[in-house]
Amino acid sequence: MADRHSDQPRSFKEQFIDPVAGFGVTFRTMFKKVVTEQYPFEKLPTAPRFHGRHQLNRWPDGLEKCIGCELCAWACPADAIYVEGASNTDEERFSPGERYGRVYQINYLRCILCGLCIEACPTRALTMTNEYELADSSRADLIYEKSDLLAPLLPGMEQPPHPMRLGDDEGAYYRGDYRSGQEGSQRQEAGQ
Amino acid sequence: MTVSTGSTTEAATTDLVNLTIDGIAVSVPKDTLLIRAAEQVGVQIPRFCDHPLLAPVGACRQCLVDIPDAGNGRPFPKPQASCTLPVAEGMVVNTQATSPVADKAQQGIMEFLLINHPLDCPVCDKGGECPLQNQAMSNGRGESRFSATGGVKRTFPKPISISAQVLLDRERCVLCARCTRFSEEIAGDPFIALLERGALQQVGIYEKEPFESYFSGNTIQICPVGALTSAEYRFRSRPFDLVSSPSVAEHDACGSAIRVDHRRGKVMRRLSGNDPEVNEEWITDKDRFAFHYADAADRLTYPQVRDDDGSLRPASWPEAFAVAARGLAEAGASAVLTGGRVTAEDAFAYSKFARVALGTNDIDFRARPLSAEETSFLASEVVLRQGATYSDLESAATVVLAGLEPEDEAGAIFLRLRKATRASRTRVISIAPFESRGLQKLGGQLIATKPGREALALQDLLGHGDYGIDSSSVILVGERLATAPGALSAAVEVARKSGAKLAWVPRRAGDRGAVEAGCLPNLLPGGRPVADAAARVDAATTWGVSGLPETAGRDADQIVAAVNAGQVGGLVVGGVDPDDTADPAAFRAALDRASFVVALELRESDVTRVADVVFPVAPVSDKAGTFVTWEGRPRPFEAVLSVPSSLPDLRILAGIAEELGTSLGFRTVAEARAQMEEMGPWDGERAAPEPVQAHDVSDPGVTLATWKQMLDNGRMQDGDDNLRATARVAVARVSANVYDALGPSITVTGERGSVTVPAAIAEIADDVVWLPANSSGRGLLAEVGLPGSTVTLKGADE
Repeated sequence: MADRHSDQPRSFKEQFIDPVAGFGVTFRTMFKKVVTEQYPFEKLPTAPRFHGRHQLNRWPDGLEKCIGCELCAWACPADAIYVEGASNTDEERFSPGERYGRVYQINYLRCILCGLCIEACPTRALTMTNEYELADSSRADLIYEKSDLLAPLLPGMEQPPHPMRLGDDEGAYYRGDYRSGQEGSQRQEAGQ
Repeated sequence: MTVSTGSTTEAATTDLVNLTIDGIAVSVPKDTLLIRAAEQVGVQIPRFCDHPLLAPVGACRQCLVDIPDAGNGRPFPKPQASCTLPVAEGMVVNTQATSPVADKAQQGIMEFLLINHPLDCPVCDKGGECPLQNQAMSNGRGESRFSATGGVKRTFPKPISISAQVLLDRERCVLCARCTRFSEEIAGDPFIALLERGALQQVGIYEKEPFESYFSGNTIQICPVGALTSAEYRFRSRPFDLVSSPSVAEHDACGSAIRVDHRRGKVMRRLSGNDPEVNEEWITDKDRFAFHYADAADRLTYPQVRDDDGSLRPASWPEAFAVAARGLAEAGASAVLTGGRVTAEDAFAYSKFARVALGTNDIDFRARPLSAEETSFLASEVVLRQGATYSDLESAATVVLAGLEPEDEAGAIFLRLRKATRASRTRVISIAPFESRGLQKLGGQLIATKPGREALALQDLLGHGDYGIDSSSVILVGERLATAPGALSAAVEVARKSGAKLAWVPRRAGDRGAVEAGCLPNLLPGGRPVADAAARVDAATTWGVSGLPETAGRDADQIVAAVNAGQVGGLVVGGVDPDDTADPAAFRAALDRASFVVALELRESDVTRVADVVFPVAPVSDKAGTFVTWEGRPRPFEAVLSVPSSLPDLRILAGIAEELGTSLGFRTVAEARAQMEEMGPWDGERAAPEPVQAHDVSDPGVTLATWKQMLDNGRMQDGDDNLRATARVAVARVSANVYDALGPSITVTGERGSVTVPAAIAEIADDVVWLPANSSGRGLLAEVGLPGSTVTLKGADE
């Protein structure tokens, strides 16, 4: 078979053009702008809705939005979220209303960053940031606790526990009554 | 549930009614409610107020159906509530499955119910297992016209405590009245009721009387919304991350079916199981809420041995086995005290361990005042016999309670008796010092009896026209009757002469199983009498040993005396609290005197603190086992949690036995069960009864009457503060004369000390004072004296 193939006379194109044509791509690309990202020396922004690490948001007065309802844990297809709720008291209040999340863990070894949890969240406490650098050297370090996930305190926020500052009851928070006075947490949620 | 509504079971087979539901012809027993007839054709009509064990009320209106033909050829003009309507011959019913009229009616009701229902499902404990949530999805509309048009929901302040344990969120209530009906019909504690009218209608309490019922937890379970929640389980977890395992309650001898919900190896809550033969769908609050004892900080987790310097040090299992075996071998004669909380398999292991490894019949499960008469009674009348069952209680014409306060000591019996008395079938007669609240709720008749005279009172039952004890009667004798000489013999005599059924009701879950397993000085497993040579040979053959000890052993009191006299050196003690025993001081002295003590305990106790070897044992949640109810009904259960380091008593005893050079022949619960099965019950002669002549042993002075209240200082309620807070306050019950003479607070002094408690007036004889046995301090046995002993009363401020 091979013999018969080699017996046939080769054309000019086959002999001279084809071997060089393959380099055409190479030569063309030499004069184009480089697309390689110099990660990690240079970090480029992701798409605005990229599903990155989670964040537990706060109300503008610093109280946590999470009510410990575990709906995120329920929605999670990878069983990556663990939540324990507890009661707020008048002396020790972490969120508006009766209940807050005492324990909140996301296991990033399991998380597939699908975002079903943030869709399930009834208070928009859980959202996703664009942060994608989720690597570490031990398994334990990849279980993020509530303290790792909570949004930082912005100016005007106060570290819970503290009483409700923006209204008399949780309804005032949920309805957004406080917004008439100040522009608040939309920036925090959307901006990341 | 079956289609019968309780009392119609007998008629069910004969009177059938034919009707058509959704075009399907169906025959159901007469008086069946439509809502349950529809279940027969596979149609689930939405409902909130309807409950198979509660009387129909038609409160929520969710179960509306269309009835084109009521059986008389005419239609009902409007949709009807199917939970209150019995079936009729020829009736034609269309449910929401086929009738747009019924469907629209149900959707309308759902819209009404949701008008004022808050949207706080994410924080509600019921969320995820909520009938309102589910049925709003299946039978409701997606939109609310009320909210869409700007309606404002009626709100109430968030939860109010109606007892230390039960929280009420009035916003969520759909006014189905299940809780109030349960309290009134089933528990007989009508402390909650519907108050106000219209949109403000709400469940409430009379402010001076909180909802302090021993059965309040059941209202939480049957609440179809999250209006009633428990302080205990509040926000602990959600239903969808719980694993549910069936189990059996370990707090009394009723063997109530429970469901244990756990998450990540920790029990989160317990709910009632559904066993129509035993506890129906109800359990006591103790069964429901008392489970944190197993997580207590003083839980033992590793074996310990006594070091040379006298302190306990951690040891490996093999070392502890070896040290225990060596110590017991060197101690000479040894005895075994198991306590009443063991499973039947563990009791069997204790029983075999005593006979085979220690070569003694000195074994007793009773950690309470006892008598030789009781030992003989258990062997001759109780073991292997099914004296009466729950259904016997329901059908009996008369039930006699002697030395038994069912509300405190056996909750499921109390509820069954209440069901029977409410149906006006059964009359309850109680031989007790005064009419307790439990007896009042049973509408019972009191035979006021001074402690010590129970035997005479029992004898007087015979031939007394008013009481009419006959073969349709049931006599329930409590374990406390052991302290009344002749009383158990009298009960046997009354039962024999009248043909009445006789059942012994112990307090602890493991008591009856321990009797069956032979944890008694005169009984081998399976009811084999020690005195019977054939029975001994039978047991020895099954066990493959050459012989078993022949002489009858010592009972618990005699063991303590023998240790103190130096005749017994070694003690193997299970879950025994010295303050429960007849003489706590003597028991403590025996622990000190004994040359070697092996303790098998769940938590650190007065016994483990002085023991030479301490073994941690598994709580019931960590092991499989069997409890035998007071009826003699075995109630097997599997382990709820899988904890490899948590070993049942029988594994530990097997380990010690192997170090002693013998083998118990089993190391696991399954193997022990197989051996018990192989051994089987004794089919030969029963132990002969040794009746004791009834005589009046009561003292002319003031006599102490007592029993343990359901919720008290018991160790298995440790860690459940909300539950403890619902306990009844400890009061001394005295007659009005005594109260007037001595005032609101009295000091009761017995031979072992005195206690000062508030007094309360009761219909009680002037020379009797009643005190709860374990509601203050170390308990009455340690601090005052034996029940039935003479005490002196004094005004506290004198």
